[in-house]
Amino acid sequence: METNEPNTSDIQIPPEMQGQVALTSLDKIYNWGRSASVWPMMFGLACCAIEMICAAASRYDIARFGMEVMRPSPRQSDLMIVSGTVTKKMMPIIVRLYNQMPEPKYVLAMGACASGGGPFKEGYNVVSGVDKFVPVDVYIPGCPPTPQALLNGLMKIQEKIRGESIKGSRWYQKGADMAEIPVPWLGPDLIDPRKVPNIKSGEKV
Amino acid sequence: MTTPSPLAAIQPSHSDISILATRFSNMLNPDNRSGYSGWIVDKTQLLAFATALHEELGYDYLSSVTAVDYLPQAQIEVVYHAYKTTGGPGIVFKVQVPRAFEVEIPSLVSVYPGVELQEREAWDLFGVIFTGHPDLRRILMWEGFAGHPMRKDWHEPYFEEDTKPLKSRWPEGHPVMAESKNIYGDNIAYPVGFDPENKTFDPEKALYDALRKYSKDEIGLGTDRIIVNMGPQHPSTHGVFRIAVLLDGEKVINLKPVMGYLHRNHEKIGERNTFIMNMPYTDRLDYLSSMSNNFGYALAVEKLMNVKPPERAEYLRVIMAEMTRISSHLMAIGALLNDLGAYFTPMLYSLEERELILDIFEAVAGSRMMCNYFRFGGVSRDLPEGTLQKIKDLSFERLPRKMDEIERFLSENEIIRSRGIGQGVLSAENAIRYSAAGPLLRASGIPYDIRRAEPYSIYDRFEFDVAVRQNGDIYDRLMVRFEEIRQSIRIIQQAIKKMPDGPVMAMKPVYQVRVPPGESYGRVEGPKGELGFYIISNGKPNPWRYHVRAPSFINLTAFGPMCIGQKVADVVAVLGSIDIVLGEVDR
Amino acid sequence: MNDMYGKGILKGLGVSLKRFVETYLDDLTWFGKRYRTDAGIAHRASKNARGIFTVQYPEEKIPVPEEFRFLPFLVYDEGPNGEKNLRCTSCGICAKVCPPQCIWIVRSTDPATGRPVPDPAEFMIDADICMNCGLCAEYCPFDAIKMDHDYELASGKRNVYNKERLSKSALYYESIRPLNAGRENAFRAAKVAAHAGFSE
Repeated sequence: METNEPNTSDIQIPPEMQGQVALTSLDKIYNWGRSASVWPMMFGLACCAIEMICAAASRYDIARFGMEVMRPSPRQSDLMIVSGTVTKKMMPIIVRLYNQMPEPKYVLAMGACASGGGPFKEGYNVVSGVDKFVPVDVYIPGCPPTPQALLNGLMKIQEKIRGESIKGSRWYQKGADMAEIPVPWLGPDLIDPRKVPNIKSGEKV
Repeated sequence: MTTPSPLAAIQPSHSDISILATRFSNMLNPDNRSGYSGWIVDKTQLLAFATALHEELGYDYLSSVTAVDYLPQAQIEVVYHAYKTTGGPGIVFKVQVPRAFEVEIPSLVSVYPGVELQEREAWDLFGVIFTGHPDLRRILMWEGFAGHPMRKDWHEPYFEEDTKPLKSRWPEGHPVMAESKNIYGDNIAYPVGFDPENKTFDPEKALYDALRKYSKDEIGLGTDRIIVNMGPQHPSTHGVFRIAVLLDGEKVINLKPVMGYLHRNHEKIGERNTFIMNMPYTDRLDYLSSMSNNFGYALAVEKLMNVKPPERAEYLRVIMAEMTRISSHLMAIGALLNDLGAYFTPMLYSLEERELILDIFEAVAGSRMMCNYFRFGGVSRDLPEGTLQKIKDLSFERLPRKMDEIERFLSENEIIRSRGIGQGVLSAENAIRYSAAGPLLRASGIPYDIRRAEPYSIYDRFEFDVAVRQNGDIYDRLMVRFEEIRQSIRIIQQAIKKMPDGPVMAMKPVYQVRVPPGESYGRVEGPKGELGFYIISNGKPNPWRYHVRAPSFINLTAFGPMCIGQKVADVVAVLGSIDIVLGEVDR
Repeated sequence: MNDMYGKGILKGLGVSLKRFVETYLDDLTWFGKRYRTDAGIAHRASKNARGIFTVQYPEEKIPVPEEFRFLPFLVYDEGPNGEKNLRCTSCGICAKVCPPQCIWIVRSTDPATGRPVPDPAEFMIDADICMNCGLCAEYCPFDAIKMDHDYELASGKRNVYNKERLSKSALYYESIRPLNAGRENAFRAAKVAAHAGFSE
């Protein structure tokens, strides 16, 4: 079990100040603050959303992790839990919501359908995994994953956040790394603007 | 005791048959295919026949409309199931037209307004144009989609074979990801000659045009009317559902629901699956009440196979179905209170009881929500040690006490009363006309419950009341759900006392079930309403047609008329009181 | 309404207050052993649960019942030298009965004669398609594939499991499903005894 203590340096603190002063590095305290208060976006698509609601209910309280503030607005949330099957009709909306979230942002693919299409992978209206359009940080298998499995996945996100560093993170680099993902649109089938050259030339992606 | 043949289940009474045979002999013939029943109506006489059925014979409730693609016989058939709200078996009638890319059939919206959304679905998925329909647009797919997907010669991009099991998995099952076989790396295919940079078509235009056509006249000052889209991502717990409303200030002038954001191709996948493979997929329809869905599907296939489960299995089925009803209603009560604004506290109380019920499902069937417990001829396994005692504890001691507490907590609350009484009213005649089902129908004063009207399984052995209220507003729908939970507890108590010992499967477990050819329509009273499964088998291991009559989908026909004239804030409360589940609406 | 307006709301608040008080009363009656003990967790899942209902994952985990099914795994019997003898004969029934067809099996062939050998050369399950239905475990005639209890499987990559990842020992299977394993072992022993009695 990792400790969540903020005091992580080797410099000795004099005894009369020990209850009041903590010496740490900027990375650790920044990540500690972020990982202990991740705000998920209330984005339940299908059956996995019910297990997410059960995880937010009283038996598997996610308020203990600081995550009970489930904001419906993407502008106020850090983590998008894609819970349920992503369909082609819904895909433009998911990409638009992802673009609207402010950085630093994370995506958790909950369940088999969001990770890789799930049991409905062969359907004509199903996108086989949300990572075809949006970068995913943690995948949780299961159909549906029990709330305890979801809490395990959320703990992995917290570990990932704690392992990041300000100098190396992609949000703060100079230049246009965080370009927005172009929003797909619905024609005779779902059209991804990044693949338009392949559609016209007929080459394999 | 001989088991009743599958045909006897859907034959109407003797006098109705004789009237139909003599009076309408010029317009219809009995359906004589082996395993089928009902009547085939001439296309030109369809409206006259439907009007006569409604006015003279009293079949006022048209429950299900669906289309079937008979590719070998080069025919498209549209199948209708009609019932009487006074109870009893129903009538099946069909219309057959020769197969073409788009076929035309007269629409029945003028006689039975409840078919509006179902006819749009038949247009979307099969290409059947219903002449006379007020607003024929695609409903589950989007405007501009290429083709009609449920036709038998339309193949999806990841298509491998017509039926499962697929030969590529064994014995030379070298794992190949489906993405690598498609040139775009995803489940996508475009028609020949498609130019992706030519983006001229606007899929929303048809929706907004239909929304602006409303029937009330304008009086008074000419004000500006705005269109507001609520959804598909919104704070309510109902899922990805979009409502387009036309507003005059705060008042709703017209409302159109838009669905299809969770359309997971359940019926097309169902035709590729074998019969036993469909059972886990039915769990995911109304994902809050999976045992009920399993029950409906098992009943429909058992009618075709002519198999009856043993006694202990019947009692187990009833106990599980009633516990599912309790857990689904608890979630519905919590979600309605959430929509009314009581942010999450009543939901926490009802979810606590639901967790205890889900513990029992986990111990018996293996999973909290996707139970996959029923099989053809019984249930998959017996109760483990100690579970019967837990069910007894819950139903005799804890649930009655806790339901009293929750009802005390909520039913006299002044805020719920003032937001609920008199809002979102659905009158009794409208409820029948719009084919509403379940608590929506019973809160408007019609005491129609399939467990009483046409009993299935062993429901005729139990004593229970049908919960009915008279006003049809939001408050009544909440009270009907409380009453239904109490009646379900009563049924479980009786079933526990009478359950015998014995086997739980009528036949040995086999994974290749032999189903004789024919059609069957098995319906159960699910927590949301009448859940029906229409299955056509042609003797092969896979069904030829597999259709789900989803109660939430058809209850949404009444959603627009209920909200016109209300304020925008009430739209959310009305949607919460209808209690939809998107897995069922979109399938 | 002939009584005071607001009485319904007060009744509701009374119910909430009762729950609040019950939590602390319960803490007192349990003398501090209500949390992090097995008896305390079981009490909070029973019909007498009152007050606070939370089970604090990851310090307290609700024990999973025997029939619980998550992802499947292959069972092997340990040989005398520690080798793993998979019970699977690659008959293919699990691949045929899987609803989303997420099981891929390559049956091995004898390199000398070219006839099939009852052993899988490759066995892959795509856990991002698996719907945890349990039909593969239910219809396997050799007790070779069973449903696991382990649900802590979140990872940063796609979950596609091959034969090595899926194999777990028969002792592990008996520890998670004692009643099922006992029933199957007794059945197999009775068959062996009947066979032995037959051949005499």
